Amino acid sequence: MKNPLSNTVVQIKPSGIRKFFDIVSEMPEAISLGVGEPDFDTPWHICDEGIYSLEKGKTFYTSNSGLLELRTEICKWYEQKYEVHFDPRKECLITVGGSEGIDLALRAMINPGDEVIIPEPCYVSYLPCVELAGGVPVSIPLKNENQFKLKPEELLDALTEKSKILILSYPNNPTGAVMTREDLLPIAEIAVEKDLIVISDEIYSELTYGTEKHCSIGSLPGMAERTVIVNGFSKAYAMTGWRLGYALAPALIAEQMTKIHQFAIMCAPTTSQYAAVNAIREGDKDIERMRQSYDKRRRFLMKQFEELGLPCFEPFGAFYVFPCIREFGLTSDEFANRLLQEEKLAVVPGNAFGDCGEGFLRISYAYSIDELREAMGRIERFITKLRNEKSSC
Amino acid sequence: MREEILNLLEKNSRLTEKEIAAMIGAEEEAVAAEIKAMEKEKIICGYHTMVDWDKMPDEKVTALIELKVSPMRGEGFDRTAERISKFEEVSSVYLLSGSSSDLIVTIEGQTLKEVSHFVAAKIAPMESVLSTATHFVLKKYKDHSVMFEVEDDEDERIQIMP
Repeated sequence: MKNPLSNTVVQIKPSGIRKFFDIVSEMPEAISLGVGEPDFDTPWHICDEGIYSLEKGKTFYTSNSGLLELRTEICKWYEQKYEVHFDPRKECLITVGGSEGIDLALRAMINPGDEVIIPEPCYVSYLPCVELAGGVPVSIPLKNENQFKLKPEELLDALTEKSKILILSYPNNPTGAVMTREDLLPIAEIAVEKDLIVISDEIYSELTYGTEKHCSIGSLPGMAERTVIVNGFSKAYAMTGWRLGYALAPALIAEQMTKIHQFAIMCAPTTSQYAAVNAIREGDKDIERMRQSYDKRRRFLMKQFEELGLPCFEPFGAFYVFPCIREFGLTSDEFANRLLQEEKLAVVPGNAFGDCGEGFLRISYAYSIDELREAMGRIERFITKLRNEKSSC
Repeated sequence: MREEILNLLEKNSRLTEKEIAAMIGAEEEAVAAEIKAMEKEKIICGYHTMVDWDKMPDEKVTALIELKVSPMRGEGFDRTAERISKFEEVSSVYLLSGSSSDLIVTIEGQTLKEVSHFVAAKIAPMESVLSTATHFVLKKYKDHSVMFEVEDDEDERIQIMP
């Protein structure tokens, strides 16, 4: 029999999270701070609209790009909130989650050998999607002391003749880092000067805390023509299972993305699209309610880390904290495994998000305060034990 | 700060002052002082537990009584409402807008008979009460924003996700 597999696919490293997940799923009694999705239910008025669309028999395909009504609302909303202008007819595409948007953007732009710059730690799909599209991923290890922001000099160091795309993902999963307008300005200048295209994954845009709201790099001078924004409904409206995202891109790029989407997917789920129209029209108050709740949990965790003396920069976005565990002399995997075995608590080892995540943990606070309190008690017991072990030998 | 504290306590009165302080980014002492002050000012009027008594073996009956009341000169409905409120059997009294009824009163008792008797003996004969309509509660679905009959409240999310 011929080798039935694609060499490109076989060579892709399986996600580091996968094997840890397999261990956790063997332990039903374990509690977890490992999820990457909201703990809220989708607001009922949104579900209701989805149900109503089914009652009305709206069970057919939509156009490939998605309902024009939805695209129009998205473009309007993005313009009002983030001062970027996109044409709903030519520059907006409804996708199956934000992840599809990332994949489409990469496939639409990469020629073999093109380099794609990926600041790490980051979401797990960027690197394999670049490889699948025939590109060459170039990682930039971001630093804890810079609060995991991308610094202009780091970007300049990573550039070569072949650099084509930069993937920016703020607010960031797994670090919770954000980049403000001031942080982004020098990055945008480099992108313009060096003719880079930026894929800006803004899926956590609505979840920022502190005084500064999210800034889209697409709104900065010279960036509109070279930014592909990827966003979606999963995190902002607690709609992960509806699988609905969108991409905003210059018409030239959007057209090619739509082509791939048309052949691979046809269109995003119709029910979800109708629900999303309602979400974007009436969901701002839900976003605010959930955001405030996350913010309280974020502060709760930060206070606990402070009291435990576990170093952790203050994250201002998403729903993750990324504490450093280097003092214990264990790798992230070892730490997470022992924490799971000894205290029945699952967290995600930082190295699952890139090599430079080694020495860190991703802890999600998409949980109730009661769950967080219980989990932090377990972490406290565990690190007290580790510190005692260390001091006694 | 008061509103933030109240929003948290209203949902979960078991939060400690220290936890509340961490969550709203304030000092523990300041939170403690505010709570004390609000207790004194009767902004915080008590700390209760949501109980679904239907799940307990003991019988318990709740009724909503609509009352048509004639207002009193100078005092409106207050005097009647206050008098009704004094009964231990009465758990809430609301004044309503609209014309069909003026007050709505919640009564809790052990049996239907006991509640009916209470209404007949104590409420209906009051001079200012023109008429009563008693509705017995068959089932409570949601109270104080809490759904009582959630069949599957388990966390269904996949435990580890990127």
